[in-house]
Amino acid sequence: MADWPLYEVFVRSKHGLNHKHVGSVHAADRQMALENARELYTRRNEGVSIWVVLASDITASAPDEKEPLFDPSNDKVYRHASFYELPKEVGHM
Amino acid sequence: MYAQLVETGTKKLKTLEEMGPQERAFQEKVNDEIKIEPKNWMPEAYRKTLIRQISQHAHSEVVGMLPEGNWLTRAPSLKRKLQLMAKIQDEAGHGLYLYSAMETLGADRDEEIQKLHDGKAKYSSIFNYPTLNWADIGTIGWLVDGAAIVNQVPLQRTSYGPYSRAMIRVCKEESFHQRQGYQILLTLMREGTEEQKAMVQDSINRFWWPALMMFGPSDDNSPNSAQSMAWKIKRHSNDELRQRFIDQTVPQLELLGCTAPDPDLKWNEETGHYDFGEIDWQEFFDVVQGNGPCNRERIDARRRAIDEGAWVREAAVAHAEKQRQRRQAA
Amino acid sequence: MQNVSQITRTPLTEYLLRLGDSVLVLGQRHAELCGKAPALEEEMALMNVGLDLFGQARNWLTYAAEQINAEQAGSELDADALAFKRDAQDFRNLLLVEQPNGDFADTMARQFLFDAWHVPLLEGLAQASDPRIAEVAAKSLKEATYHLRRSSEWVVRLGDGTEESRARMQRAIDNLWRFTGELVQFDEVDQAMADAGLAPDAGTLVARWKATVEKVLEAATLSHPPFDAWMYTGGKTGHHTEHLGFLLAEMQYLPRTYPDATVW
Repeated sequence: MADWPLYEVFVRSKHGLNHKHVGSVHAADRQMALENARELYTRRNEGVSIWVVLASDITASAPDEKEPLFDPSNDKVYRHASFYELPKEVGHM
Repeated sequence: MYAQLVETGTKKLKTLEEMGPQERAFQEKVNDEIKIEPKNWMPEAYRKTLIRQISQHAHSEVVGMLPEGNWLTRAPSLKRKLQLMAKIQDEAGHGLYLYSAMETLGADRDEEIQKLHDGKAKYSSIFNYPTLNWADIGTIGWLVDGAAIVNQVPLQRTSYGPYSRAMIRVCKEESFHQRQGYQILLTLMREGTEEQKAMVQDSINRFWWPALMMFGPSDDNSPNSAQSMAWKIKRHSNDELRQRFIDQTVPQLELLGCTAPDPDLKWNEETGHYDFGEIDWQEFFDVVQGNGPCNRERIDARRRAIDEGAWVREAAVAHAEKQRQRRQAA
Repeated sequence: MQNVSQITRTPLTEYLLRLGDSVLVLGQRHAELCGKAPALEEEMALMNVGLDLFGQARNWLTYAAEQINAEQAGSELDADALAFKRDAQDFRNLLLVEQPNGDFADTMARQFLFDAWHVPLLEGLAQASDPRIAEVAAKSLKEATYHLRRSSEWVVRLGDGTEESRARMQRAIDNLWRFTGELVQFDEVDQAMADAGLAPDAGTLVARWKATVEKVLEAATLSHPPFDAWMYTGGKTGHHTEHLGFLLAEMQYLPRTYPDATVW
């Protein structure tokens, strides 16, 4: 039997948010993947835009790399606005 | 339920002390309600059990289209036709969400579906019962989807992330299914002719016990439950969910003005629950083992659809390949 | 119970029945496909098309019923009465849409030949001077445009797929071709509607239909019988093929078996 490859599906809702991963579909080609994603993931007016990408084309970080990849940003508090204390007189900034 | 008998491969629970460091870290995450994601380490038995459970659940959605599809061409009004078609389509969609969750565990959808067609995979026993009159469409929405919801709502918090997210989506979409079914029955009972009312009672008589069986064997006969609960891929016991379902359903039954085919069904003031009669477990195990009224028909129908569509899927692949070659040549 | 066979028909009601009946009957063919699609993804797609078609049928038939009720004292029809209580000879759908589902090539060829006509028709109807027609057509047009895209792609995939799929698709086109005459032959009802500014004229519709068919079949590496081949017609005036009676017997089973039932 001829298998249809797996595509990951990303949908942007109408509220102007980023495309969000919602699941996957099987399809023979990219066009069909787009349509199958439309049939499956936007039946209730959920989306205004769809991306599909071959699942095998996605490169993902591995969970055992979690510490070296993500922990270093834990202590960089100076990247957050709340780190900078200003006198009340300045008002909202 | 939609996955009534899921083999876990483990009959005895390990304590945290008995586990190696990886398994222990995994179990502690589960205990802390941290979701397990596809690339996280997980015990092989957990992965296999999940594949079994999610695929059973997915097969149930897909096979579950058939008894309702049996009345789609005969739905008695345009409104009912649209509602039923949308509902059946949702079921196909829910099957796809679940297969998609299952594939994140490294399982292959086509292989799992092949197991279904070979009679090697299970699906909910309820779909092996025939739909014999129009009221069955209402009863399936009310009782069968009602039972499914009781089971699926807690599964939204199941430990495996993709399964949990699929269930959240399914529950959100399914909220109309049960109401749709109950409304069919209420309309027939309140405004229907005597013949229409008789359809409803006949339908409840046939589906009542099979709906109760959907929750699976009673707890003392459910050897895999303890492990599934420890892994939090099952969150309540079969009997607990069954009782919850009965307690919420009996008042709805009375509102319809119908009766259940159970002389022992009555309110128990002391326990605060309904008592009910003994389920015919022999019938349940017969149906699960392939000897229900429609097991053969259901499997045949699914196999035929996929087998007869093989040339279509092959053609689509062949065309995609030609397109790819043309793009490369250009 | 009002005898729905006795309704008098003006060109407008006749035309609304043609529009409504064609999408109703094609929708019913989609209902038959439930659980039979060649892939689960395709199951979703076919039922989305079916839902669109039944929704369109409800809109057209509701308007038809209102028109009939306005013209005939004592008439209390609604879309369901028209769908479920009329006999085959009172149906005005195209012969093309009542043809059986056959295999997936037959199903998709039928859909494509219909969509290629439906889209330019609805484009014309969306410009109708009757605001109700224009509104229903504009809504239906969005759906039909997507249907045409999908059915065209399937015709191309199967035509330019494997040897087997090509043979099946070619056979389907050849078999269904004789039912396409009705799409483009204008009779006095079509002409009256066009003259009244309620429907597109023949020239535009025919040219658009032919252009789409030729373009897609060429991409699919398929041929078609000549446009002036012998055509089997009659659906628009109630002369149907043998298939419609069975389709209606099944679809109308409950309301016909329980005539006293007023609600479902």
